[in-house]
Amino acid sequence: MKAWLRQHRQAIAAAFGKVAAQKSAAALNALVIGIALSLPAGGYALLASLRVATAGATLEPQLSVFLRVDAKRADADALGANLKADVRLRDLRFVPREQALKDLQATEGMAEVVAALNRNPLPDAFVLRPKSADPAALEALARDLRALPAVAQVQVDSAWARRLGALAGTARLAIALLAALLAFGLVAITFNTIRLQILTQRAEIEISKLIGATDAFIRRPFYYLGALQGLAGGLVALAVLWGSLAALNVGVADLAASYGSGFRLSPLPPADALAVVLFSTGLGWFGAYMSVSRYLLEIGEK
Amino acid sequence: MISFSAVAKRYPGGQEALKSVSFAIEQGEFAFITGHSGAGKSTLLKLIPAIERPSSGAVLVNGQNVGALKRAALPYLRRNLGLVFQDQKLLYDRTVFDNVMLPLAFGELGGREAERRVRAALEKVGLLAREKANPVQLSGGEQQRLAIARAVVNRPAVLIADEPTANLDAASAVEILEIFAAFNQVGVTVLISTHDEALIGRFAKRVLRLAKGSIVQ
Repeated sequence: MKAWLRQHRQAIAAAFGKVAAQKSAAALNALVIGIALSLPAGGYALLASLRVATAGATLEPQLSVFLRVDAKRADADALGANLKADVRLRDLRFVPREQALKDLQATEGMAEVVAALNRNPLPDAFVLRPKSADPAALEALARDLRALPAVAQVQVDSAWARRLGALAGTARLAIALLAALLAFGLVAITFNTIRLQILTQRAEIEISKLIGATDAFIRRPFYYLGALQGLAGGLVALAVLWGSLAALNVGVADLAASYGSGFRLSPLPPADALAVVLFSTGLGWFGAYMSVSRYLLEIGEK
Repeated sequence: MISFSAVAKRYPGGQEALKSVSFAIEQGEFAFITGHSGAGKSTLLKLIPAIERPSSGAVLVNGQNVGALKRAALPYLRRNLGLVFQDQKLLYDRTVFDNVMLPLAFGELGGREAERRVRAALEKVGLLAREKANPVQLSGGEQQRLAIARAVVNRPAVLIADEPTANLDAASAVEILEIFAAFNQVGVTVLISTHDEALIGRFAKRVLRLAKGSIVQ
């Protein structure tokens, strides 16, 4: 046990020694890995920020039925009664045109516009929640509603939210794909670096094996070296990410303020940041594992 | 201690290095293996630490058939054998001291005890004063002695040396063999290959003579 710990200590010291002996090469490697990893990590952070911003948006289908502007309140009441009888609807809400105008007035920047109007251009409206979210059923419902008297327009409101959802899903998939590709690249980079390191230590490995070193003993310092390189790369990725988000947030803050929003791009939460570093470290280790295994296979038992 | 029974070794490509070699070395024995270059001396010595494996026949070390050992078991076999290679295989990127430390790095010993062992091994071959030197600064004889120090630092029961005097002048060669003789005196089994008949004549020891892959005497 004591000998085992000592050997690990020596392997870690050897790995740090290698890094110290080749500072600039090690730094460049960490930079390459870090920048590559910061791309999917950054994409993930952006998506997470967007998800927070759109969390309030309902994905439940909703239909807005607008009456003709010249429709009388009696027409609206008749339509309301008609709609209440429709079994395809879960519930409905009547928005009188006066209320709609008030809502519009309360909206940022719209007060002057409304004041400039000499009459209310908004119609009465009903907001409906159908029982079924099936697109075909919604379409059929909208068609029937359009045929009703006094109805000017029917709008399926949930479409944008569902489009956003689908878009976010696609973006997530693209980021996962990017992450997978770059992970593969990271393993390849580590494989190559470790291979070069092995070749410079070929004599030491050969002699060690000849005089009784186990394969595990030979592998160990390279594992640590690969993991160390991955760890450094992961930390660089986080630094790049934090730096970029801080820079972007200056612009985002201005933009969001103009919409009266306090929206900011948020950095990765600690758990996700830790996951990025662990993932990167693991990939570095794996690249080293592949590289050393390949080499040990090549040299055989000699 | 070491026994060969009907051992043959053919290399890929058909070259037959050894054909049906049988002999036994007892514990504490000192034996020379001699013969012209290409007679199979190096191959024979490589079969003992399983650097090569026999094509047929059995090589036993301490009753263990080393030709049948799994790869994972080889390090433990090799740690119990002190090997001195024909080309010495020293590491020129580190000091004399660190060269001898190498076999201890993967052993059980650590710290002060390991350092004490290294110095003891260097002292036995007369290199204690050169522990901080780089191997390239050493003479041919000193490099050979360094290789011996590394082989004995684990205190093996057997010392195996392939042409340890090949590139040395006569005086250095005798010095080297006297070091092996000293280890043999304290009970270490020694097996040395050489083509230097004059040297063999100076030491009255057992001689295994190889010719064309067979023992002729």
